[in-house]
Amino acid sequence: MTSLKSFVKFDKVDKSYDGKILVVKDLNLDINEGEFITMLGPSGSGKTTCLMMLAGFETPTNGEIYLDSKPISRIPPHKRGIGMVFQNYALFPHLTVYENLAFPLKVRKFSKDEIDKKVDKALATVSLSGFEKRMPNQLSGGQQQRVAVARSLVFDPQLVLMDEPLGALDKNLRESMQYEIKHIHENIGVTVVYVTHDQSEALTMSSRIAVFNDGKVQQLSSPDKLYEEPVNSFVAEFIGENNTFTGEVIDISAGKCKVKLASGAEIISNPIRVKSKGEKTKVSLRPERAIIDPDEKMENKHKGKIEEIIYHGDHARVRLNLLGNKEFILKIPNSSARMDIKQGNEISVGWKSHDARALDAKSI
Amino acid sequence: MSSETQKILTTDGIPLEVSLKKVERRNKFKAFLLVAPLLLFLLIVYISPIIGMLFNSVDDRMVTNALPKTFIAMEKWDGKDLPSEEVFEAFYIDFQKLIEEERDGKLSTQLNYEKNGFKSIIKKLRRKSKSFEEGNYKEQIMAVHERWANVEYWRAIKRRAPAYSYSKYLKGVDMYQNESGRFVQVEEDRRIYKKLWVRTLKIAFYVTLFCFLMAYPIAHLLATLPLKYSNLLMICVLLPFWTSLLVRTASWMILLQQQGVINDFLVWIGLVADDKRLVMMYNETGTYIAMTQILLPFMVLPLYSVMKTISPSLVRAGKSLGGTPFITFWKVYFPLTIPGIGAGSLLVFILAIGYYITPELVGGASGTLISNQIAYHMKYTLDWSFASAMGLMLLTGVLAVYWVYNKLVGIDNIKLG
Repeated sequence: MTSLKSFVKFDKVDKSYDGKILVVKDLNLDINEGEFITMLGPSGSGKTTCLMMLAGFETPTNGEIYLDSKPISRIPPHKRGIGMVFQNYALFPHLTVYENLAFPLKVRKFSKDEIDKKVDKALATVSLSGFEKRMPNQLSGGQQQRVAVARSLVFDPQLVLMDEPLGALDKNLRESMQYEIKHIHENIGVTVVYVTHDQSEALTMSSRIAVFNDGKVQQLSSPDKLYEEPVNSFVAEFIGENNTFTGEVIDISAGKCKVKLASGAEIISNPIRVKSKGEKTKVSLRPERAIIDPDEKMENKHKGKIEEIIYHGDHARVRLNLLGNKEFILKIPNSSARMDIKQGNEISVGWKSHDARALDAKSI
Repeated sequence: MSSETQKILTTDGIPLEVSLKKVERRNKFKAFLLVAPLLLFLLIVYISPIIGMLFNSVDDRMVTNALPKTFIAMEKWDGKDLPSEEVFEAFYIDFQKLIEEERDGKLSTQLNYEKNGFKSIIKKLRRKSKSFEEGNYKEQIMAVHERWANVEYWRAIKRRAPAYSYSKYLKGVDMYQNESGRFVQVEEDRRIYKKLWVRTLKIAFYVTLFCFLMAYPIAHLLATLPLKYSNLLMICVLLPFWTSLLVRTASWMILLQQQGVINDFLVWIGLVADDKRLVMMYNETGTYIAMTQILLPFMVLPLYSVMKTISPSLVRAGKSLGGTPFITFWKVYFPLTIPGIGAGSLLVFILAIGYYITPELVGGASGTLISNQIAYHMKYTLDWSFASAMGLMLLTGVLAVYWVYNKLVGIDNIKLG
């Protein structure tokens, strides 16, 4: 991700609607050309506001947004040339698919031939050729979505914004659309800024993810890094499943730290956000990093009682009472024919100190 | 399992189809019972008056029954010269009977509608006929008044012979059927209804247009403002509904009259000289102003309810795709409001075309509408059948507007909320 200049740049952007509460606080964000950036966060975290400021429907209270090195705060939305896909598709209900797609081309005074050509191409991209004469309400949700995507791309914008475009679709359709949008992005090479609150969507599609909370970007990194190496407890808890232990650092040395939990037990973990003895911390551990029946060399090895087994088809989730944490989750693949995994039994669980990340103690 | 050939039975052995129909019939009956009171109400207060009106407008039996013998005798009369002695005799006999039953006054009213001048000669005939001698009635009647010797008046009587006639409808468009059965227009200076119809349509059209021009921005504001402001604005729009129509019209009179508030203000700021105060009332201007204000909510509400359903993201989409605010409005927003415009315009136009109280009070001579004329005939000339005929013509006009609208825009494209 090294680039000479960023394509979109948020420079110290603040946004407040009522003059009392900042919904976006001191936001700095650089987006490179051709990237697929996802803004991920709970509702009210400021991600949609950021998108709207980029599209031009909201103005920053303070700071500046640059598109291709030009400040754009004073440019009205229709002159920005940014494609946008809206949450509820926002197809014009009184126009046919063709007319919907031709709208941005007509206002740009393209000739009839060019319009036909471009509309054909855009519809082919979303595999909807032959649907030109349909009205939007004659299309299924997925088809409407694809028309909306085609419409945002038809005038060849350099940047496309997508505001939770898949929110209204059912799960299966949503997944196939995720791949489709991803492939379109790869084929065209357009820069995409995508807003969602669905973390699995973000992980599947993005080249980088910006996790928003409380008006700030908590972490901006690639999906794998975000999942494997969350920098704070919000990100750890927001992305994926997470087992946490709250405690206090009692020893820190050589890239490892010892954390004493409320139950009195001690675990060895990887100090990410803690620096000195006596600090409060939350230790985060991904469920799949905990192993049943660890060998002797494992630094953390504890016994827990099985509280509940939840069947998930390809795998089962086992809820343990471990070191005072009654919500400790363990993932067991369906293939393992362990007869002793039954409710009430005690099993032994272990993990590497590297995978237990000692983060800040702030809770969500 | 061939379920097509074998009938499916319910558990108690009745075919499923029969059982289902029975249940549905019961539900339909219940539903009908629920709407029955309204249906009955509509039938009594809406359908039956219209049928009554239709009947009233063509019913001409009053004269037919009053002069039975005369009309039988007149059948042989060609209508060119004065009728024969036979007709005069029959008329005398009929007339004597009417005097006995004291129905001659009604006859004179009816004949007077047909031709002016009947009232006085019938009165005179009544007085003189007491001393008539037997035989040669033609001479005696003609001697009563010179009009009785005028063939025009006898033709007028003959025209009233049929028990049912559409002459009132012809009168409503300033026409009548002459002796040879042709439709002709009344004399130039007596044509009033055609002018009135045109004026009614014109005023209704312009009131609708003004309402549309004023309501569109208001409705848009209502639909886009945050709730706490839009509620306040909505109250302002609805406030006129909570005030009596008469009070509102009266307040317009206070504002518009020559010594009224508006004129006072214009004189005060020096825009109008004191001796040249504007005449804004008792003419068309007054009707336009007051009716536009009074009918405005009927345009605002349908527009508002349609605009409320237009997602703001559509306008945003239009802008993000490169449409200037104007293009986005014209190509995206405006087409989507057409159902509301249609509903509002139809509503205002139909209400305006039959408006009565406001034109009556502020319209003066040049600002009154057809409904004022209908009321006049109901209250003063008591020509109910003519009032009925004009009422039905108005109703037909409204239905025609509705039909045209349906052809142009489609009635399923209408949206009231």
